[in-house]
Amino acid sequence: MKEQIEEIKKNSMKEIEKAEDLKVLQEIKVKYLGKKGELTQVLRGMGKLSNDERPIIGKLVNEVRDILEEEFNKKEEKLKSEELQKRLETENIDVTEPSKKTELGSIHPITQIIKEVEEIFLGMGYQIADGPEVEKTFYNFDQLNAPEDHPSRDLQDTFYITDDIILRSQTSPVQARVMEKQKPPIKIICPGAVYRSDAVDATHSPVFHQVEGLVVDKNISMTDLKGTLEMFAKKCLGENTKIRFRPHHFPFTEPSAEADVSCFVCGGKGCKVCKGEGWIELLGCGMVHPNVLRNCGIDPNEYSGFAFGFGVERIAMAKFGIEDLRLLYENDVRFLKQF
Amino acid sequence: MKASREWLEEYANIDVDTLKLGDILTMAGQKVETIDLRGNDIKNVVVGKILEIKKHEDSDHLLVTKVDIGKEILQIVTGAPNIEVGDIVPIAKNGAELPNGKNIKTGMLRGVESCGMMCSVGELNIDVNEYQNQIEDGIMILERKDKIKVLANTNLEEHLGEDIVKVLDLKEEVIDFEITPNRPDCLSIEGLGRETAVALNTDFKNPRKDIDEKSKKIEDKDEIEGLKVDIEAPDLCYRYIARMVKNVKIGPSPKWMVKRLKACGMRSINNIVDITNYVMLEMGQPMHAFDIESIEGRHITVRRAKNGEKIVTLDETERILDENDLVIADDKKPVAIAGVMGGLNSEIEKDTKTVVFESAVFYGGSVRKTAKKVGLRTESSSRFEKGLSPENALRAVNRAVQLVEMLGAGEEIKGKIDRYPTKQKINKIKLEPEKINKLLGTNLSKKEMINILERLEIKIEDDIAIIPYFRQDIEQMADLAEEIARFYGYDKLDTTLIKAETTLGVKNKEQKIEDKILETLQNNGLSEIYTYGFINEKELDKANISEELKKLAICIKNPLNDDYKYMRPSTIPSMLSTITTNINKKNKEAKLFDISRRYQNINKNIEKGEVPEEEKILTIGMYGENLDFYIVKGLIENILQQISVNRYDIEKEKNNMSYHPGRCANIKIGKDIIATIGEAHPKVLDNYEINKKVYLAELNITKVTKYARNSKKYVEIPKYPAVERDIAIIVDENIEVGQIEKIITKKAKKLLESKELFDIYRNEEVLGKNKKSVAYALIFRDKNKTLLDEEVNKVMEGIVSELEKDVGAELRK
Repeated sequence: MKEQIEEIKKNSMKEIEKAEDLKVLQEIKVKYLGKKGELTQVLRGMGKLSNDERPIIGKLVNEVRDILEEEFNKKEEKLKSEELQKRLETENIDVTEPSKKTELGSIHPITQIIKEVEEIFLGMGYQIADGPEVEKTFYNFDQLNAPEDHPSRDLQDTFYITDDIILRSQTSPVQARVMEKQKPPIKIICPGAVYRSDAVDATHSPVFHQVEGLVVDKNISMTDLKGTLEMFAKKCLGENTKIRFRPHHFPFTEPSAEADVSCFVCGGKGCKVCKGEGWIELLGCGMVHPNVLRNCGIDPNEYSGFAFGFGVERIAMAKFGIEDLRLLYENDVRFLKQF
Repeated sequence: MKASREWLEEYANIDVDTLKLGDILTMAGQKVETIDLRGNDIKNVVVGKILEIKKHEDSDHLLVTKVDIGKEILQIVTGAPNIEVGDIVPIAKNGAELPNGKNIKTGMLRGVESCGMMCSVGELNIDVNEYQNQIEDGIMILERKDKIKVLANTNLEEHLGEDIVKVLDLKEEVIDFEITPNRPDCLSIEGLGRETAVALNTDFKNPRKDIDEKSKKIEDKDEIEGLKVDIEAPDLCYRYIARMVKNVKIGPSPKWMVKRLKACGMRSINNIVDITNYVMLEMGQPMHAFDIESIEGRHITVRRAKNGEKIVTLDETERILDENDLVIADDKKPVAIAGVMGGLNSEIEKDTKTVVFESAVFYGGSVRKTAKKVGLRTESSSRFEKGLSPENALRAVNRAVQLVEMLGAGEEIKGKIDRYPTKQKINKIKLEPEKINKLLGTNLSKKEMINILERLEIKIEDDIAIIPYFRQDIEQMADLAEEIARFYGYDKLDTTLIKAETTLGVKNKEQKIEDKILETLQNNGLSEIYTYGFINEKELDKANISEELKKLAICIKNPLNDDYKYMRPSTIPSMLSTITTNINKKNKEAKLFDISRRYQNINKNIEKGEVPEEEKILTIGMYGENLDFYIVKGLIENILQQISVNRYDIEKEKNNMSYHPGRCANIKIGKDIIATIGEAHPKVLDNYEINKKVYLAELNITKVTKYARNSKKYVEIPKYPAVERDIAIIVDENIEVGQIEKIITKKAKKLLESKELFDIYRNEEVLGKNKKSVAYALIFRDKNKTLLDEEVNKVMEGIVSELEKDVGAELRK
């Protein structure tokens, strides 16, 4: 019997060795270790053995079973890993083939700049305000210290609907509307479309976009205005951006300034965008005129404030390198998809 | 406003170069637009006389000349045919530099040495009309015996070899300033000179001190030489002064005056007219000179024009006036439009003997309106409209009389007629250094402030700032602060951040919804566009916009052109034009969206003086492959899901004529239409000459915001199992699946968890004519217990029988 066991062991080891796939291996396992397997049969035939032999043979069978099982497991592992290897090889793909993706659309450059500006000012605690585009002259001019016959009404050629209703020539009327309704502290920006009677060309458009800013509170000073705009310029145009204030005049601010920023294309060395000057005229600003505060029911002795406004298209064009303003309103998908 | 450096130097010592001066003044608030450094860019160009002209042996067109430049004789080869022996011409010597950037060097021209170049007017940056008998393409001839003599009183023969810039006095440094409307005083050399002096921290020289003194002494008269003046409209005319000169000799002005006028961009006409222009440039006060003989009745009235009154102005154009316009009139007719332009009938003529100088101040608003109406914006009107100082008017007219005598153009008639109904108010402002420092964020001492203000001729008496007559723009503390800041230096102001109560920076509901729309549509492959809000009737018609809607379009009184005559009551035409642009550009597909406004004059708001309704609309427009109605519908439904608008009805819309009547739907919440979706009407496509299908949608963002919710609520994940049932029914083609779904939902009540339409099948042979089979996968679930088959069966029976009854459905087996 011993010999028989040894024979089984030898044969089965040989067969395991030879087995080339998991199916064959499984058959071999059944053949030797299955319920009707050869080794099991031996175990079953043990009844015929003497009491002395039984434990010896029994032990031997168990030893062989353990060995075989281990061999089976080892072989199984090996075959499995070989099979996986084979599968991996056949499942090879060309990763440089084009991807399958949902085609993305695009956000217009003007919106992109507006969102960027909104982000910066939201972070500084500003709300975003809105107002009508078809506006009353009262808000566009009168409340902003430009009563009828004021020469500043000549600065912009305004589209008139009636004598009292116009297309707003600036986003500033929103200032007046907000101040009328809200008590200080006021911190708002107002992005939106404005209208001026300019014929369409590479740098002009009868419709363009502005972002207006207004802060009214106690103790607001001109250095706060300068600091706020410097912060904005650095965040929007790059950390190295410098800002320069020049005196100017707007009816609704006093003192008034125009702010230039160091050219964010060439860094101030002089290039086509800044016309060699190193500076780009960015915005108009100033301390809210006491007459404007008074008009809107805010006491200028108690409160002060600043306001600023700039054109979005200018920034978009300089930032994205767009040389013709008309591209922004032509809406050719080949243009739009670049953003 | 143009100002030459030379003229400014009469008011202030300038110790910096002109470019630097420009920078300093820009930073002090007088923004420089351009600087013209004429003459500085010409080097080594001298006066030369042509001694000899011979033909070049190797060339048909070249000439070899000998030119005397004083100390030496140069050989110069030229191609210009307009020279003669004896001509005196400008010679660019070896090493010369010209304004066009050219450097002249000795060189060989076809084997013959040429030691320089003769110059044309253009090469010296001289206008061809500046001197007589000059031509564009040829050499500038300074002198030609008995024919040309550019300098009447100079014998150029004596100046051979001398610098042309000096001889012709070509050097002129002119700064062009952008003057802000609050500073009419700077529309004068005097005003700019004052700014220059303060900016450079040097003394203001005030060369007109004599005039200031004299102005106090001139006697007032009721009438001079029989002339009387009356102001009938004191609300429009604050002051009217007339002074006169007699024995006038009309003639040319002296060279210095012509040069200064020219530097400021004005043409010389004759000595009297030039004097009025000169004084206007010098002191900022426009003046008018007229022949006393042309004043009928020798009586001037400043009055409102009569309706329809006519005047032919100096530019020989007839102008029709009305009672809003102010005129200077004699007893019979207007002789000038006040502050705008004189009449042809009172023009100075060659034989004029007695001249009346008018120096008046009119209400700026009225001058502005009149100038705009008659379409004449003159040097005069652009000054008046900003509000001039009546005090300055007297100085100016006295200066004019002084200049007449100086030029020998006539003799002063003593006295003035001065009508001055409302004396100019002198502003007085309390000087409050703390408030100024607080506003500016500075820490300046009172002394520093006073120092700046006094240099601006603002006197401080007992802490009261007394504003000079020429600075009517300074009215309150903030104005003083600006003056101080300007000359302290805006660039010296610190940068600080606001120290104040914290405010919250958050977007509101509509702004958040807009962000979600942008995100959703970008992720779905759509590109955002920007369109103008303008529209015209033709475009509205092309898009089949209803008459009702067209009536709400807002008409612009002064449109840029006929295409931009209205504000759009619908965004559809703008989208269709953009689609057309893309098709014309041969773009195979375009998926576009626009978030913009439409403007509707609802309830005649505009007529009532109120602003019209503006609604924010999302407009979608798409063409290309693999698109259909349901894709656009999906986009809108995706957005609604994003903003938690879950309950709405979709209804077919047959009457919106921009859309295909069989392929258009409205999305409604109650009675509110929040969106319209559909295929563009074939007729509309025809109108736009589009031969592709175009899908459109409009979502009213303003309206939908009302229904949107920001909060989402968790619903418990079900514990009990679901029961799935499929159902297929055959119905008539015209039955909408929406109807079927309504029945299913109604009958299944709360047990229905979801229904998915998984098949619509059409086959005439199998189903019969005009029939379709619609199949749903239904999932039933009870939140509180395991559903039994029997319960579901009962529900299914109910659904089927209701479908049979209501839509004539037949269960497909």
